[in-house]
Amino acid sequence: MNWISSNLDRIIELTISHVWLTLVPTVIGLIIALPLGWWAHRWGRGYAAIVGTSSLLYTIPSLALFIILPVILGTKILDPINIVVALTLYTLALLVRVVADGLSSVPHDTVAAAEAMGYRNWQRLVLVELPVAVPVIAAGLRVAVVSNVSIVTMAALLGIPQLGSLFTQGFQLRLYVPLVTGVVLCVVLAVIFDGLIIWLNKLLTPWRQRTVTS
Amino acid sequence: MNIIGWFTDPANWAGSGGIPAQVGYHLLYSAIALLTSLAIGVPLGILIGYTGRGEAVVAGFANALRALPTLGLLVLLFLVISPVVAGQLVFVLPTIVVLVLLAVPPILTGTYVGIQSADPDAVGAARGMGFTKSQILLRVQLPCALPLMISGVRSATLQIVSTATIAAYLGLQGLGRFILDGRAQADFAEMAGGAILVALLAIVLEMSFAWLARIVVSPGLRRTASKSTSLVATTVPAAAT
Repeated sequence: MNWISSNLDRIIELTISHVWLTLVPTVIGLIIALPLGWWAHRWGRGYAAIVGTSSLLYTIPSLALFIILPVILGTKILDPINIVVALTLYTLALLVRVVADGLSSVPHDTVAAAEAMGYRNWQRLVLVELPVAVPVIAAGLRVAVVSNVSIVTMAALLGIPQLGSLFTQGFQLRLYVPLVTGVVLCVVLAVIFDGLIIWLNKLLTPWRQRTVTS
Repeated sequence: MNIIGWFTDPANWAGSGGIPAQVGYHLLYSAIALLTSLAIGVPLGILIGYTGRGEAVVAGFANALRALPTLGLLVLLFLVISPVVAGQLVFVLPTIVVLVLLAVPPILTGTYVGIQSADPDAVGAARGMGFTKSQILLRVQLPCALPLMISGVRSATLQIVSTATIAAYLGLQGLGRFILDGRAQADFAEMAGGAILVALLAIVLEMSFAWLARIVVSPGLRRTASKSTSLVATTVPAAAT
């Protein structure tokens, strides 16, 4: 316990950079996945191509991707931007498909009703289809953010500071306290982000609660 | 950083630390872990799928495991196990345990969901034809479950292969050696070489599983298979570690 109090500043610092390295790629990934997923939903061929590419991308181990990206991007190996790009790619690979499936899950009647009410294409997408697809997208986002919290720790093997650095420190010093602190903080972060998305999902789809209670 | 130079240097292809040897080690650890996971996951999955008990426990366990960072788990098990066992086993045992821990949930899930989602009409027809319970399981439910089982084993394999890379951190052989030794010596070509080999290995395995699914799965199931695999892909998005 002494270790925690004497290293509190560093733990807080590592936690903050961990939060950034997790959240930034998740949000960017989601923003890119929305138009791409819509495109895949509209064109069947696009769907096959995107599902194929994304599942192949998803198979590349993160540690390998962290090292291959600097070759492609021309960045330094220790640059955290590599981690951000790698996790954005993973998030994108996961969410493109989820967004496409979510949009396809919107009942045909709902789409037809919106059309009959005179919604234009983009209005129908933004005001009707996207909100109805929110629960499906949220479910995918939960998986993405929880895996991202855990994948970020791999960057410790390259020496990029975040909570994973506590694992390598624990290994080097053969100490349980930094190690367990790191694992617990990772799980806490995952639970918080997961809960945040559940809460946002409820906030964005108020009609679902009403139908459940009535 | 001369990555092509690293690949074409004959010295990197020979000896106990060469590329073929490390690929061999990598596949050896992965195979041990996969076989162990299959031995645990498939019978347990059949049991759960058959009795319909314990699903909630498995689903909760699989979700909790996703939140646990693999690297932390690996080091933690190493610290726990290392005082108990001696020799080379200190490094091998925690690695295999972690790999198995990660690989069992997708295999288990693929198996029990596969068995449960076997077409009830097909099961009913088999019963009507006088099949015994074990015949129904072996000749109807298991073949019907095959697409989802293969998809689960595929997830498990990719998870194992990518996590086996990290095992080098504890001092084990395998492709992760190139990445971590390269890091230690600031030899970027070696790091990138190792990373490319790991990525290639994962992609080759992914493609072999796609091919395997195509030849093993009964033609009658193919149309529904593509649908149900996408279902598992969203519930158990595997690799990426």
